Amino acid sequence: MVRSDKLDDLYQELILDHYKNPRNRHYIEEADIKAEADNPFCGDEIALQLKLANSHVGEVGYQGKGCSICRASGSMLSEAVVGRTLEEIEELAATFKGMMRGRELSKIDTETLGELKVFLDILKYPIRIKCALLAWVALEEGIQKFRSRA
Amino acid sequence: MTNSAASKSVAERPPLIQDIARIREDFPILKQTVHGKPLVYLDNAATTQKPQVVIDTLVRYYTTENSNVHRGVHYLSEQATQDYESARTKIRRLLNASDDCEIIFTRGATEGINLVAHSYGRQHIGEGDEIIISAMEHHSNIVPWQILCQEKGARLRVIPINDDGELLMDDYAKLLGHRTKLVSIVHLSNSLGTINPIEQIVEMAHSYGVPVLVDGAQAVPHLPVDVRRLGCDFYVFSGHKLFGPTGIGAVYGRAELLDSMPPYQGGGDMIKSVTFEKTLYNSLPYKFEAGTPNIAGAIGLGAAIDYFTALELDKICAYEHELLKYGTKRLSTIGSLRLIGTAREKAGILSFVIEGIHAHDIGTILDSEGIAIRTGHHCTQPVMDRFGVPATARASLAFYNTKADIDALVKGLDRVLEIFS
Ligand SMILES: Cc1ncc(COP(=O)(O)O)c(C=O)c1O
Repeated sequence: MVRSDKLDDLYQELILDHYKNPRNRHYIEEADIKAEADNPFCGDEIALQLKLANSHVGEVGYQGKGCSICRASGSMLSEAVVGRTLEEIEELAATFKGMMRGRELSKIDTETLGELKVFLDILKYPIRIKCALLAWVALEEGIQKFRSRA
Repeated sequence: MTNSAASKSVAERPPLIQDIARIREDFPILKQTVHGKPLVYLDNAATTQKPQVVIDTLVRYYTTENSNVHRGVHYLSEQATQDYESARTKIRRLLNASDDCEIIFTRGATEGINLVAHSYGRQHIGEGDEIIISAMEHHSNIVPWQILCQEKGARLRVIPINDDGELLMDDYAKLLGHRTKLVSIVHLSNSLGTINPIEQIVEMAHSYGVPVLVDGAQAVPHLPVDVRRLGCDFYVFSGHKLFGPTGIGAVYGRAELLDSMPPYQGGGDMIKSVTFEKTLYNSLPYKFEAGTPNIAGAIGLGAAIDYFTALELDKICAYEHELLKYGTKRLSTIGSLRLIGTAREKAGILSFVIEGIHAHDIGTILDSEGIAIRTGHHCTQPVMDRFGVPATARASLAFYNTKADIDALVKGLDRVLEIFS
């Protein structure tokens, strides 16, 4: 069956792969940062745990229920943040959010985002943008809470 | 003039429900393509499409008749008032109420329920009292009662449902008691399609002297509704789900009850005389219609009712029942698909989930095929919780849908399965 080009953009192999085989699914009980977010409007729910090793993220756990975009986004986030400092992660989150709000990407942004650029195509589906953002919003909140406690 | 316009276009062609191709011609939006595919509109429970005669009526009203109602002595105002009031009569006839004064125009079903909650509810419900609703209510028939209960220290009781999405009537019987002050119940569920046994529900409530409000937002476009046969005390619906404009709907209330109720909002039109010391309220139904109403909307709804009733409701019901049966059969052939809402008495709704695929993904892929369905919780989150799903995909029917629309849906779902295989 031939698919329309547009739909192919949304359901790219990379997104479908992360949806079907989510990474880092384990729950980390003794995490330094725990974050949850849901979107009751569509029934998307995600939970994230980050464990720090020195100043870097050493381990990430991610569990999600919801649509393919939301879950793939969480899964890819969990891979992207490992090995980065919290400052770097916040910068990455800001860049990702900027992309999802239609901001022009600089060369540096493009490099920072790496694979996460696949979500650029979701801009063609405005209703789905918040699905892609959910995990990132949770992550930012989790980091902020961690900071205010520290 | 708007009436004659509506009835003329209906008289021009024999309104046979079998003749769907011709009926579809009356709905200009259905001729559209979406993403290069012919539009398949299966989101009628969210809102229905408008026949040309309704669109024409709105244009004609604003072109030749626009003025305020109940105020002017001039020609235009008299014309507008006449058409506005004749729309009220059409609603009265549609619901078989006994008097025009029992029909109050509102923005829709939601405002209708809020009107009853504010006016009747505030007057009659106090601390320790109970209001009974059901587990399949739309948020609009939950939240107004929660607000009222909070304000008054009253309690909301909920009739549970079984796995098919049918009310557990024995539990309802047990909930009813001397604390019960109101029952508010949906006639036809928007997320399950269940048709509730309203007559029986009313009879049981009345044996305790408890009035019943019926949310008919989904029922009016699909079922014959006779408020006197149902015996209910209030009945609400929305015009936009009945092929009419948005922003208009009505409450039916028994005159005796409405008479004894305080006004809902204060303002112009709802008063007889005002001094700073004292205001005399207007008679029914105007007591409940403060401010300039949605005149065009009401007249447009009148045209929609003319159109709809000319199609003959028993034919519509029979046709939609056939479609529902066909849709149920076709969807059941998809192994990983589970229908949510399998009541014996059911109309118009095919709500479903597919294992491993979120409703949003289903919706987006179907959209790319030009197929419009609704995905999400359908403003009935408690129903989603009851069935343990975050959301469903919902195809909802109207008389202008065809078996070909169902076939397109099934083909679209094949595509969904293919992408996620
Ligand atoms: C059963 C039911 N009740 C109430 C409503 C609310 O209708 P409206 O939004 O037109 O006021 C709806 C609309 O979806 C409905 O399906």
